[in-house]
Formats: sequence, structure tokens, C-alpha cells
Amino acid sequence: MIAEIVITALLVIAGVFGLVGSWGLVKLPDLMTRLHAPTKATTVGVGAVLIASMAEHWRTGGGISFHELLITLFLFLTAPITAHFIAKAHMHRKVAAAELPATGSGVAWAGQDGARPAGAAPEAASADRA
Amino acid sequence: MRRLFPHPYLTLLLTAVWVMLTNVLSAGVVVFGLILGTLIPLATAAYWPDRPRLRSPFRVAAYVLLVIWDILVANVAVAMIVLFKPNRALRPAWVTVPVDLRSPEAITVLAGTITMTPGTVSAELAADGRSILVHALHAPDPSGVAADIKTRYERRLKEIFE
Repeated sequence: MIAEIVITALLVIAGVFGLVGSWGLVKLPDLMTRLHAPTKATTVGVGAVLIASMAEHWRTGGGISFHELLITLFLFLTAPITAHFIAKAHMHRKVAAAELPATGSGVAWAGQDGARPAGAAPEAASADRA
Repeated sequence: MRRLFPHPYLTLLLTAVWVMLTNVLSAGVVVFGLILGTLIPLATAAYWPDRPRLRSPFRVAAYVLLVIWDILVANVAVAMIVLFKPNRALRPAWVTVPVDLRSPEAITVLAGTITMTPGTVSAELAADGRSILVHALHAPDPSGVAADIKTRYERRLKEIFE
């Protein structure tokens, strides 16, 4: 009984966070701020579903299920990398070097290599990379 | 011993992942996991020329728990911003975080942690690898964000990796 209530609560929490994450995608003003919604708000959403799944598996006598832990592990590995790639692609296409703060050590950001003139093709920058 | 197990933690990790994949905890599964955990590091050792030596596995566990807790806090914080803060009150900011970590693995973990935790996404690395460009969702005080990341995560990673 108590187990069922806990599992149900977890599923509701998961649903709420999933919904908020998706709403954030719609509501936030631009790509970089939108990135924050799916990388965070959905982690708890997915995590709560997985914990609920493990608890239900255990409650129905199936023993402890490890698959959910693996899903969590892979999610934690892939979510930041996906976000990083999206951010990089966006910065390469839409963000001018002048909008970004300095690196503090005198060199350029890796994707914005060198002082390329405004409007130059982004491909030109990658040719002389060390 | 070093030659047979070039990467002992990887052996343990692969064994654990194999047991979790098969979802059965029996002697046969563990033994096969250990076989895989021995052969895969041997076969891939050449691709890890300067692998970092983990100082203390307990610090790794403590770090993972800290990050999981911060992810929970981050989720609630970002959900609150999404739900209750109008877009015009939002103060997104680019923040440069200077990095003292030198090993690529440690910087990767730091960048991943930044993305998973409160209101920040790591977006870019400086060409010399000495600073990370972080985008903050709502940062009225950008320099505080950088200081927070350095004291909370980088200091701990330095203890783990260097």
C-alpha cells in the first residue's frame, strides 16, 4: 500500500518535471537559455520514473532491477555532451566573438579560433588549428 | 599485476556494468563480467597513454553524491525560473571560468558537472584549455557563479585527479 503510494508520487513528480522542462523549451527566449530546461528539469523527471520502475519491480517480487541504474548512468554521460554540442553549433553559427567574454589568458575560445573578421566563413578558422 | 590489470577501476566498472546489463547477480555472470573487465582494458590500454590515476575512490563517491544532490537542487531552481520568472526579468550571462585542472579527463568531468548543476551550461573551452565558457540562465552576479564552480567542484576534482 505504502509502496504503491510512493511509486505513484514518484510518477507524478516525474510527470510534473517533464512537463516543466518541455514548457521551458517553449517559454524561454533564445537557444542558450532553452538549453537549460532539458538538461536540468528533465533529469529529475527521468530519474523519478526510473526509481519508480525499480521500486515497482521490487514490489511485484521481481528482485532488484539494475537496468534503471544503467539508464541513469548513460543519461548523465550523454546529456551534458549533447548540450555541449548544441551550444557549440549555435555559437559557431549565431554568436559573434565580440559577444563573449575574454578567456582571461589572451587566446581565443576553441570554436572561435583567432580573430576572424566579421562575416568570414567559419570553415576558414578551422584550417590553421594546431 | 599492473600488466594484467592496466586499469583496475575500469575492470571493476566494466564488471559492474556487465552485471547490470544482464540484470542477474550470479557467480557465472560475475565471472564473465570479470573476464570482459580484464580483456577490454588490455585491448584498449594503448588508447589511454596518459590516463589519470584516481587518488581516492571514496572521494569519487563523495563527489558523485554531491553532484546528485546539486542536480536535484538545480532541477527545482530551474523549474521555478521556468514557471514563475517572466522572461524580461531573466538575466542570462556568459561567464568565463578559469580552470586550474590540467588533465583532459578532469576538465571533461568539470564541464559535465557544470552542465548538470544549477542554472549553468558549459558551452566552450578556451583554445589553450585554461578556461571554460559557461552560460548561466539567471545570473545577476556572474563573478559569483565562477567562484562557486571553482570552490564547489573544481577544488574537489583537483583532489581526485591531481
